[in-house]
Parts: sequence; C-alpha cells; structure tokens
Amino acid sequence: MTDTARWSEESEALAESVMAKYPQKRSALMPLLYIAMREDGYLSEAGMRRVADLVDLEPAQVSSVASFYTMYKLEPVGKYLVSVCTSISCWLLGGDEVLEAVEASAGVPSGETDESGVISPEHVECIGACGGAPAVQVNYELIEGLTPKKATELVEWLNAAQPATLNGDEMQALFGGERSFDWAINETNDATGPYPAFQPHGTIAALDRS
Amino acid sequence: MTDHPLILTARMHAHPESSHTIATYEATGGYTALRTALDMGRDAIVEEVKAANLRGRGGAGFPAGVKWGFLAPARPAYLVVNGDESEPGTFKDRQLMERDPHQLVEGTIISSLANEVNHAFIYIRGEYPKSARRVQAAVDEAYAAGYLGANILDSGYDLELTVHLGGGAYICGEETALLNSLEGRRGEPRLKPPFFPAVRGLYMAPTIVNNIETLSNIPWIINNGGNAYSAIGPEDSPGRRMCSISGHVNRPGNYEIVEGITWRELIYDVAGGIRNGNELKAWVPGGASAPWFVPAEHLDTEVTKAAIDSNGSMTGSGAVIVMDHTTDMVAAAERLVRFFAHESCGLCTPCREGTTWLDMILRRMLAGHGRASDPDVLYDVSDNISPGVTWPPKMTTICPLGPSAVSPVASLLKHFPEEVAAAVERGTQVPVSIGIRS
Ligand SMILES: Cc1cc2nc3c(=O)[nH]c(=O)nc-3n(C[C@H](O)[C@H](O)[C@H](O)COP(=O)(O)O)c2cc1C
Ligand code: SF4
Ligand code: FES
Repeated sequence: MTDTARWSEESEALAESVMAKYPQKRSALMPLLYIAMREDGYLSEAGMRRVADLVDLEPAQVSSVASFYTMYKLEPVGKYLVSVCTSISCWLLGGDEVLEAVEASAGVPSGETDESGVISPEHVECIGACGGAPAVQVNYELIEGLTPKKATELVEWLNAAQPATLNGDEMQALFGGERSFDWAINETNDATGPYPAFQPHGTIAALDRS
Repeated sequence: MTDHPLILTARMHAHPESSHTIATYEATGGYTALRTALDMGRDAIVEEVKAANLRGRGGAGFPAGVKWGFLAPARPAYLVVNGDESEPGTFKDRQLMERDPHQLVEGTIISSLANEVNHAFIYIRGEYPKSARRVQAAVDEAYAAGYLGANILDSGYDLELTVHLGGGAYICGEETALLNSLEGRRGEPRLKPPFFPAVRGLYMAPTIVNNIETLSNIPWIINNGGNAYSAIGPEDSPGRRMCSISGHVNRPGNYEIVEGITWRELIYDVAGGIRNGNELKAWVPGGASAPWFVPAEHLDTEVTKAAIDSNGSMTGSGAVIVMDHTTDMVAAAERLVRFFAHESCGLCTPCREGTTWLDMILRRMLAGHGRASDPDVLYDVSDNISPGVTWPPKMTTICPLGPSAVSPVASLLKHFPEEVAAAVERGTQVPVSIGIRS
C-alpha cells in the first residue's frame, strides 16, 4: 500500500462511516469516489489514489471503475454542470433546442467549460423526468418543462448570481414549467457540485446512528 | 378501473404535503403490515405474495413470489432494490421514492424478512439525488423508530438497510450489472448461467433483486391479502401498476392503472389525447426497448400483459411514449438507437459495434445521405445482434440491451417503410456521401 495524501478530517471521517455500511469494503468504492470529487471538485488522480488505498485496490483498478460511469468527472468542470436531456421524450418536445440555447448562452459546446469556469453544458440521456420534458439538471438538481428562452435565462442567472448552493425547487419556480408529477413540498437542500447532493453522498446519516 | 382503490399513490394523493414523512405514514396505517408480517413468518409471506401474482415492475415481469421461491438456501442472503430507473420514458420509481419512501422501506423490510435477509440495499441512480435524500431520510426515521436495525420491534429479527447511489450508467439497471456496481466494479452484466442472482448474486451469495415499484406493493398485499390483489384486473397481470406517459399528449405524467382498458382509453381519456388535436402516429408501449404500436393495428387492443405480448411488444417498464403525426420516424428511431449505443457496456461485439453502426447509418440518412442499400443494411446489422429479428428477440449477447436497440429499427422498417424510402430518396439527390458522425 502506498502512502497517499489524506483528505480533510471531515472527508476522512465520512469515508470511514461509508465503508462501515458495507459487508465488504470494495462496495464503498463508488461513494468514496464522490467524496474524492467533493475534495477536489473533480475526480483527480490523487483522489483516486486515496480511494485505492482505502479499499486496498491498485489505482488502475479504481480508474477503470471510475471511467465506466458518466458522473465521475475525470477533468475539472465548471461550477455549474448544466445537463440537458436529449433522449426521446425530451427530444419530442424540444430538448435539442434547449441544449442549443444552453450552449449558446454558455458560449461553449456540450462537454466543455466556459472561459471563466462557471458553466459546463453537457447533453445527457434520459434523467427520469420525461413527463416534464424537456428536462435539465444543474449539478443534478432537476428543472422540468423548460423552453429555450427559459434555459437561456437559467444560464444567465447562474452566471450573474453564482449561488453558493443550489435548490431545485427554487430553480423550478424561476425557470421551469410543468413537472412529471405534482411536487407539493418544497425541499431545503443545498446542492453544490458537480457531484450529486445526497447528504452525505449516500451515507452520512450512518454517522448519526453509530 | 375506478372500482378499485389506489394502492401505490393513495397516500400521496390524500396527503400531498406530508406523504413522505413517517408521521403521515404511521397515521395512515403505515408499518402495520410489518407487524403482521413479523407474526406471519417467512413462508406465509411468500405464499401471500405468490397468491397476489405480483409481477415484477422492472421490465421482465417475472412474478415476485415465484422469484423468492428460487432463493438458494445458502446464507447470508441479500436483497437489492433496483432504483436505477433509466429507461427512456420511465419516471415512476422516482415518484414512489420521492413521494412515499416509507411505503418502499416497509416493503423492503417485509421482503427481506421473507427471504431471510439481514442486509438489504436500495440502489438509486446517481442522477436522482432528491430521491436518494428522501429515501435516506425515511431509512433514518425507520431506524429511529425501531423498524430497522437490531431486534426489530422486539421480534429478534435484524436488518441493516443501506442506500447506495449509482454513478450514471443505464446498464446498471440490469440486475447482474447492478450487483457488480454494488461490489465496486464496472457495471458490466454477468453471464446467466451461472450467475443467477438467486444462487450467485451479491458477493456470490443468494440475492433477490426487485424493482422499487414491485416492493412498494408489498405492504398493501400483506394488509389486504394476496387474493385481494390478484382479484384486481386481468388474471395474468393483476393489481395496479404505474404507467409513465410522455411525449405528445396533453396530460403527461404517472398514472396508476388497472390493466384491461384499451390504448385508445389510455391515450385519449387518461392522458388527455394528443396535443393541439394532432393525429396519433405511433407509441412505444413499454419503455425504449419495446417495439412500437401504431393506431391502425393497436389502438383498440387491450392494455394487458397478454395482449401486449401477443401483439409483439412488451409491458417492460410500463412507460408509454406517444408520438404525433409531426414526428419524423427515422429521427425517432435514431434517437432511441443512440441511447442504446451510448449505454452499451461494450462487452459483446454485436451490441457494442451493432448499436453504433445502426446509429451511424440512421444519422447519415437524416443528414441527407441515405443509400438504396440502407434498409437492407439496417436489417442485416439488426439480424447480427438478434438473429431473425423476431419478438421476443433471440440473443447473441450477454444481456438484453443489444437486442433492445433492434426494437426501434425493426419497428421503423415494419411500420414506416415509406419514411425510410423517403430518406433514401433524399440521399440519391446528393452527389457524394460524406461525414457519417455528427
Ligand atoms: C438493460 C437493462 C436495464 C434495466 N434497467 C432496470 C431498471 O432501471 N430498473 C429495474 O427495476 N429493472 C431494470 N431492469 C430489469 C432488471 O434486470 C431486473 O429484471 C429487475 O430489477 C427485477 O425486478 P422485478 O422482478 O421486481 O421487476 C433492466 C434490465 C436490462 C436488461
Ligand atoms: S448486450 Fe451490450 S450492454 Fe449487454 S453485456 Fe453485451 S455489450 Fe454489455
Ligand atoms: S427523455 Fe428526457 S428525461 Fe426522460
């Protein structure tokens, strides 16, 4: 085992609690990759080395797993990852036009990051919001029923306000339209990105219990 | 269909503001099924679920009770709940997780009990952070209330429940890929045989994999009895099921239906008909993998598993994608095929290469460079992925993803040959064929 740089105390504690939730520690690999992303803003080589150390694998094995999944970003991405669905149901209702609007207002094509490092547009396959098509996620927080005009406003808002945390319900109210299903209760969550805001990455609650 | 009470969405309709909380769940009869189940014991629970004839809602439609009966005797055994929901058109599990997570948690506990499981997992796709937060909150509440953890309600039964977030990959919805993913590996499917989850699943131990919606039915079945469930709707596919309707309809959304109505009723009455009074052109009856239906042949056929199967398609994930007369069907097929090409895990050559070629050919046709040979080549590539291009598909691949990509192409060639011919015709007007990848 190589000696890798440790993470912040918080992340190390989180990692330990995550590993305790599985019968075999390799199973913690995916949540650990999210913790690594939280440390560096993307999945760095150092981050993967730390994960490898924690679960007793070679770094190459970890990167082989990480590269399989679309949500582990192996390159730095902007502060806001704007994912536009272009699968069938969104496409039928103008998803491509929404993507074009996002790319145009960000000034870069899907898969790239604007010069100031704020917006990274990407097109994604179905995000399970087909009844509220076209759908977009910002750091995986969902907005449904967009139009190209609203999508442009969304990107302009992100650029101007640069909120420290994101709330899906707030963005839905500002820029969204019809949803896939009624959502009567607003959430108070604080998404930061570009990893999903699942407090705490699938596992933090275990800390409270132990 | 209105004669039967709602099963899955009753609470969220009655208590829209609080259906996700344990207070509302308990106040509306929640966790009484767990108490009953703890008294019934394993065999009696399995019998009840068999009597219900509850079919899996993840895609394959296999009866849950029968699946549980196949669990190999070795222990430990595991239960994994499949919340990877990524089939285009499908958004029902998200609603069940976000709006009634305790129903799912209670169903998971009872199912674990029935299968002698002491550690269960709920695998939620990474793009569903809201679902994950809601389910995790429900799990935490259930632990605090003594419904999870050691010695549940003083019964001597122990259960740990771990919520796991995926990393973005449709293929992880396939049950063996999901198990690999949960083991911290690439989400590549395993060969069946020998890796049937019920025998060699998670950590090579006997494992039950069930869909979110499937297990959300369990509390109702325990409370009301398997016979009450199987009395609802058609004998072969009873109960209520979630139907996600999207595309060119006036009222897209999730509907908790009882099978037996016609497609006309589903599309025009339930989903409010086609937008702008447009004409219906085609629909996908069961998620992106399902062969298409068209009005002339199928509008007055029944929405039942038996009828859908015999008409050459499948219930699948229950997702219905509706397309009106303005839809370019070559483009629609390309959009569906592109999904499978993007999501192929790459293990099998027919799937990895075939889906990519199908997509490239369709894109070239759309770009105005169709060739007279294209229909034959599309068929030929499809035939290499799934010999004979039959339904149900024959397999040359490890999992059904490859053959799924054939469905939209075969449907296009069968129902819309004139649109294929038009795309070819446009191509002959262009002197040289160039650039196939956009
Ligand atoms: C490519 C592919 C993707 C799948 N995706 C899902 C999915 O997202 N959710 C799901 O529950 N089942 C999915 N399935 C079906 C599962 O393999 C499995 O049959 C199901 O989870 C079993 O649960 P059930 O019996 O309760 O339906 C998929 C199957 C394949 C071949
Ligand atoms: S059929 Fe496709 S997705 Fe399935 S195992 Fe083979 S290559 Fe992977
Ligand atoms: S097709 Fe866009 S969310 Fe499903």
